[in-house]
Amino acid sequence: MTATTEPPALGAAVLAATELTVRHGQLTALREVSIDVHAGEVFAVVGANGAGKSTLLRALAGLHRAATGTITLDGENITALSPSQRVRRGIVLVPEGRRLFSSMTIEENLLVGAANGRPGDWNLDRVYDLFGWMRDRRREKTDHLSGGEQQVVAIGRALVANPRVLLIDEMSLGLAPVIVQRIYQTLPTLIGNNMSALIVEQDVAQALRVADRFQCLLEGRTTLAGEPRDHTAEQVEAAYFGFGPAVAS
Amino acid sequence: MNWANAIVQGLLLGGLFALFACGLSLLFGVIGVINLAHGDLAILGAYVAIAILPSTHTNALWALLFVPPIFAAFGYVSQRTLLQRSLDNGPLTTLLVTFGLSVVLQNALLEGFSADSHSLSIGKLATDAFRVNSTIAISYLRLGILVVAITVLAGVQLFLARTSTGRQIRAVADDGEAAAISGVNTRHITGIAAGIAFLTVALAGMAFGTYAQFAPTSGSNLLLFAFEAVIIGGLGSLWGTLAGGCVLGLAQTIGAQIDPSIGTLSGHLVFLAVLAVRPSGLLPAKAFG
Repeated sequence: MTATTEPPALGAAVLAATELTVRHGQLTALREVSIDVHAGEVFAVVGANGAGKSTLLRALAGLHRAATGTITLDGENITALSPSQRVRRGIVLVPEGRRLFSSMTIEENLLVGAANGRPGDWNLDRVYDLFGWMRDRRREKTDHLSGGEQQVVAIGRALVANPRVLLIDEMSLGLAPVIVQRIYQTLPTLIGNNMSALIVEQDVAQALRVADRFQCLLEGRTTLAGEPRDHTAEQVEAAYFGFGPAVAS
Repeated sequence: MNWANAIVQGLLLGGLFALFACGLSLLFGVIGVINLAHGDLAILGAYVAIAILPSTHTNALWALLFVPPIFAAFGYVSQRTLLQRSLDNGPLTTLLVTFGLSVVLQNALLEGFSADSHSLSIGKLATDAFRVNSTIAISYLRLGILVVAITVLAGVQLFLARTSTGRQIRAVADDGEAAAISGVNTRHITGIAAGIAFLTVALAGMAFGTYAQFAPTSGSNLLLFAFEAVIIGGLGSLWGTLAGGCVLGLAQTIGAQIDPSIGTLSGHLVFLAVLAVRPSGLLPAKAFG
């Protein structure tokens, strides 16, 4: 399924944040960042360490409170909602470091994810169909799995909640490049009809390859935004490190 | 008393300890609250039974219909108000808050029921026993309490393992933030866990009330025994808690068999020995998995 065959809703903002500011104590991690994720697209947030990428994702998932600014889902203001209320409305985060329930089996992890999600096409069976190895090993505890397998289970746990917007934080962290490659290859098959993805990635090249649009953060501010094909590697690099013409413009 | 009898009585006593320890184990394992008011809550359960029974001669088993549900609701509300607020302030605050709760409960019970000791009347059941042989007699009451303890622990374990709510409780125990972003309403779920914990506390308190005389300050000792059972058995494992209760009960009755004055002491010594040799307990598990 490609983006061009999407229903007409494509291009409408599903999840949007307006002038979002988030503070960790004294530190301001995000300064008036705005972002809008459209239906059926993969949106990448890139930036160096400490740029505020993860903070943005966690704020959208409801784990950080917004000091100022609003977050809307389909136009509805969800800024004050708890993480679990946002899951029910379709914002599901795959957190950095996977964060599976380590004392539980693969299947139990997925069941917890499905228990409070939206109704929809995704269920345990469909996840097992997508990642074939999982069905046979569904009764294994997740702490014995490899990092790549854990990442896939974490994605599965999010998928069974039938997200409208899937937030994925630092998927490639700690994984072998070939594994990352393989997981990213499945991403386009997930995104479609009713699901968009907002990914945070340190590997800029990887992120820009899969993204329809992207936004670059530096020290909590947006330095560049647009479609990957409209920007040269130099422009992105300048926005990433904070020098050169991209910032000046 | 002989050795075989000491062992049988020790196992029966262990049932009571395990029942006490169940709620403590749950509350610490799932919510991270070390509940210093645990023993006093149990005694409160026994006093609530006295308060709602029409007369002191009414069979206290009737109170089983009312006290556990009241305590389950009490537990849920306490978690959503008092405990959660103290948790948000860090673990030290929960220690202070539950310690304060313990002091408040003891003094409120002194005000309401005086320092006289009470007991729950269950008629002939309290004294009836069947003889296995010439030296071993098993009290129906003590056997009943052991059966209740095993049933409660098995029931809670099954609930945690098999139901959706149980899975969500374990998810919160594993990683609260990950549970929240998986859609678990963590405050509601921890409230349910606290409700279950308080329900078992009420059962334990009433069991104790039929077993022995109790006074408003009896809770402190019970807290200590419950702690010892949890630590001996291993944190996060309800079967471990049952084993821990039995080990503690055995240590006390076998100690008393050697010298009647060292029963309690030998329980403490076994507890210290387990802490020194096997600090993770006999049957440690991770988050009731």
